[in-house]
Amino acid sequence: MIPALFFAFAALLVGCSLMVVLHRNPVTSALFLVLAFCSLAGIYLLLHAEFVAMVQVIVYAGAIMVLFLFVVMYLNLKRDVEHGVHLALRRGAGWILGALLLAEGVWLFGHRWAAGPVSPGEVLSAPGGNTQAIGQVLYTRYLFPFEITSILLLVAMVGAVVIAKGRGPHARRAAPAGTTPEPQEPA
Amino acid sequence: MAAVWDNPDLQFVFWALVKIVVILFTMLTVVSYMIFAERKIAGHMQARIGPNRVGPFGLLQPVADALKLFFKEEFTPEGANKVIFHIAPMLAVIPALVTFSVVPFGPQDALRVTDINVGLLLFLAMSSLGVYAITLGGWSSNNKYALLGGLRSSAQMISYELAMGLSTIGVLLLAGSLSLVDIVRAQQHWWFVIFQPVAFGIFMLTALAETNRAPFDLPEAEAELVAGFHTEYSSMKFGLFFLGEFANVITISCIAVTLFLGGWNGPWLPEQLKFLWFFAKLGALLFFFIWVRWTFPRLRYDQLMNLGWKVLLPLALANIVLTSLFVWWRAQG
Repeated sequence: MIPALFFAFAALLVGCSLMVVLHRNPVTSALFLVLAFCSLAGIYLLLHAEFVAMVQVIVYAGAIMVLFLFVVMYLNLKRDVEHGVHLALRRGAGWILGALLLAEGVWLFGHRWAAGPVSPGEVLSAPGGNTQAIGQVLYTRYLFPFEITSILLLVAMVGAVVIAKGRGPHARRAAPAGTTPEPQEPA
Repeated sequence: MAAVWDNPDLQFVFWALVKIVVILFTMLTVVSYMIFAERKIAGHMQARIGPNRVGPFGLLQPVADALKLFFKEEFTPEGANKVIFHIAPMLAVIPALVTFSVVPFGPQDALRVTDINVGLLLFLAMSSLGVYAITLGGWSSNNKYALLGGLRSSAQMISYELAMGLSTIGVLLLAGSLSLVDIVRAQQHWWFVIFQPVAFGIFMLTALAETNRAPFDLPEAEAELVAGFHTEYSSMKFGLFFLGEFANVITISCIAVTLFLGGWNGPWLPEQLKFLWFFAKLGALLFFFIWVRWTFPRLRYDQLMNLGWKVLLPLALANIVLTSLFVWWRAQG
């Protein structure tokens, strides 16, 4: 049963990923990416990584892709050529990078690698399932990288607020959408 | 044949499918009668009678409504993105239905589809996917009002999702498990609403916002946006959005009962009938949703954002810190 499910999810994942790249409409591409994330979550589930699977859906499919979709929907992405790098140049770069990626893939398949995840029995024997195991490792052995990552996110957040608010004497006028600007006092 | 039946995987799939079909049809009935209840209660709150013409006491009104929706003309606006326009209403219903697979209605195995060790995360994942239906529906209609409604709803749902997720963490800390069955078992003596009143308040407020119910129904504010994201939807496609909203209300109420109100736990009833407690609590919460809708005026958009980001989010964070301190102190002593 598990191999069948794996192949179903894997086929879905590969198909969706191809559609992300090949489809002409950027919104449809973004939606296929959401579907790809969901099928990836399915594969995580088959590997007994329930926590990672759910977080994959919550963070990638539910949060990041929504914002992504926002940008794609509300910007006009139809004019492909007007700004930036010329289309022919972009196409050339695409072919070169694609060829490199293909070579890498072929090279990777040519080698034998250690068998992937530990056996299911081993995973399940951890007390409280692997959510608890991840928590314990994250807050003891990897505490420092964890805290550093959170500081990095905080810095990004502060930066985003600063950029959105603008600077200088006119900064107050650039209130975020939806808020009513305060009445100006007559000077 | 016997060999096929003995396969535990197949047995699990078979029984899961049976339960899913039962839940699906119960859900559809409950949703249609909840709409009827909403109209009746709204009527009495506004000193009128409400629907009473179809059948005794108007009890067949949902049937008439459903038939009407099915037979209405279906209209797709010009310039709409056809595929996405058709997919969006389905996306409104699916996440709400998926969450039902982890809700434990009673202590017996037969009364739930399954119990997974990340049940609560599944609920959060599905509620975070709910935003797609409204955003895509609003965008693909090729209509200004629909677009604005979709835009508002995505901003609203993303903001309130955070506070909702954080408000459940207090419960997690006390129960020590993400499995909904374990969370209910941990409430055998005391319901978590006693230890987590702030979290319960935040959860119910964000639940109103997540399901786009008044006073947070800005995505479809009829005074300014005609009908918001579903302006261009007609016939059963509109019906699916409607169904999705009510299914979401029921799902979120089920989760609130499970997390804060002790699930099936309650006095007097024997073990086999405990599930009645679950449905009694669920009914009370559903009434609460209707009651709120017909009592409070709609918030302004900036008030909504301020409430979400400047009040609910800090409160939820403070609640986590306090709960963690409490749990740590209890573990010490």
